[in-house]
Amino acid sequence: MEKWQNNRAWFLVLPVFLVVAFSAIIPLMTVVNYSVQDILAPGQRVFVGPEWYREILHDARLHEALWRQIIYSFTVLLIEVPLGIGVALTLPKKGWGVSACLVLLALPLLIPWNVVGTIWVVFSRPDIGLAGVTLNEILRIPYNFTANPIHSWVTVMIMDVWHWTPLVILLCYAGLQAIPEAYYQAAKIDGASRWAVFRFIQLPKMRGVLLIALLLRFMDSFMIYTEPFVLTGGGPGNSTTFLSQYLTKMAVGQFDLGPAAAFSLIYFLIILLFSYIFYTVITSYDKGEAK
Amino acid sequence: MRINLRQAALLAYLFFLLLPIYWLLNMSFKETDEILGVFSLIPDHFTMANYKMIFTDASWYTGYLNSIRYVAMNTVISLSVALPAAYGFSRYAFMGDKHMFFWLLTNRMSPPAVFLLPFFQFYQTVGLFDTHIAVALAHCLFNVPLAVWILEGFMSGIPREIDETAFIDGYSFPRFFITIFIPLIRAGIGVTAFFCFMFSWVELLLARTLTTVNAKPIAAVMTRTISAAGMDWGGLAAAGVLTMVPGVIVIWFVRNYMAKGFALGRV
Repeated sequence: MEKWQNNRAWFLVLPVFLVVAFSAIIPLMTVVNYSVQDILAPGQRVFVGPEWYREILHDARLHEALWRQIIYSFTVLLIEVPLGIGVALTLPKKGWGVSACLVLLALPLLIPWNVVGTIWVVFSRPDIGLAGVTLNEILRIPYNFTANPIHSWVTVMIMDVWHWTPLVILLCYAGLQAIPEAYYQAAKIDGASRWAVFRFIQLPKMRGVLLIALLLRFMDSFMIYTEPFVLTGGGPGNSTTFLSQYLTKMAVGQFDLGPAAAFSLIYFLIILLFSYIFYTVITSYDKGEAK
Repeated sequence: MRINLRQAALLAYLFFLLLPIYWLLNMSFKETDEILGVFSLIPDHFTMANYKMIFTDASWYTGYLNSIRYVAMNTVISLSVALPAAYGFSRYAFMGDKHMFFWLLTNRMSPPAVFLLPFFQFYQTVGLFDTHIAVALAHCLFNVPLAVWILEGFMSGIPREIDETAFIDGYSFPRFFITIFIPLIRAGIGVTAFFCFMFSWVELLLARTLTTVNAKPIAAVMTRTISAAGMDWGGLAAAGVLTMVPGVIVIWFVRNYMAKGFALGRV
């Protein structure tokens, strides 16, 4: 669809620009400021240039946290997106079941993040949790997410899948609902298989919402903070310390504002880079398909 | 009724979804002694004491009211600025439109952790610290870009001939937008409002940093009470259950919009 060329459309966008600029540009400038200065005392600052950046880029523990973060984000994406599409396809299309399913599915999304952590603490603790007690007492599996790094990884991931797959499901379901019934009738007349219907009708029609789901899930899993903080506190050891936790420790715990600011800008650029790649790949695929 | 494989898969998923929530509900009706001492699938001594504690203690229930207030403000602000902008992005090509759109998205990607201190200083300087509007504005950082993005998707699905016809018929832009266009995308508005509500309701880090007393959100009240009262598992569980209630009400209102779909190809 060819768009109208009109620069006065800026007036429509201006309110958004002002609101977001108010809460984004000014704080961002402060972060940039901090990242090139050493703050000795209030009002006493020294320009240090790229020193903090150099320090951050050579920090071995940061590299570990970064790899942990990348592995984590890609694993949850690999689980949540296919699972989300799958469940969206099983949802009923009409009737009372629709409302019931949507309300139930949205439940985990509407729980404050610290409460999500709390739910999983009380659910998987070996002494009082349903899962913890069942695994230990009935299945005789020595499960303890506060002591065993593998258990805590699995628990954090299952928590993320529990928490966020509904978002993928709801978006996919919205995309599926937008497909006119005529498409399915045409497919039926042509004798298309279930797979062909999925591959050539449902999947292309879901591309837009899948882009949203993929980007949102990637960004949010890459910035995850509250849930693992409540559930494992980053441990045992540093095994579930992801980037945000590392950053908060640096900025609030040790008050190393300079390195923390440099870190957050690098962090931001990494997310930006990945998201830009996703965005370009999917939109260019979109154009290729349209021809 | 015959249950086929698809329904079985769906039921299995819903079971997995509800299990932890069931456990929280179960705990909220128990006394702390029972939670720690006995493993029971339904409470032995059913008690409402945890809920009573929350509804009678002002420091608890004002937390809910504060959260609801800034979330509502945020949803209204986000929608009212995002609607015209999304229309602009979906209908017009203008200088820097693509860059602007991507810049908006980058704000959705900024990690909140280090923004805490600048936000804190900034809102104190402009005198908005510890007000509901401060949290609502701070949450605009991630909700406005999202709202523009979702709405733009919905609006691009509406054929542009509708706009052209309306303008030929002599509609002014505001009149067209309010009386024709908004009803056409009401499903999209419902979905967007739901997402704005959701992301603002669940956010804790910024909301906690920007408030101390007057606008303290429920999630922050919860964290403080845990550390103060040792581990009051029962009260914590009851408060957790209550944080789900406003969300259930909102999703109940938008469920039809989501279920009806985008009205594509029908207009």
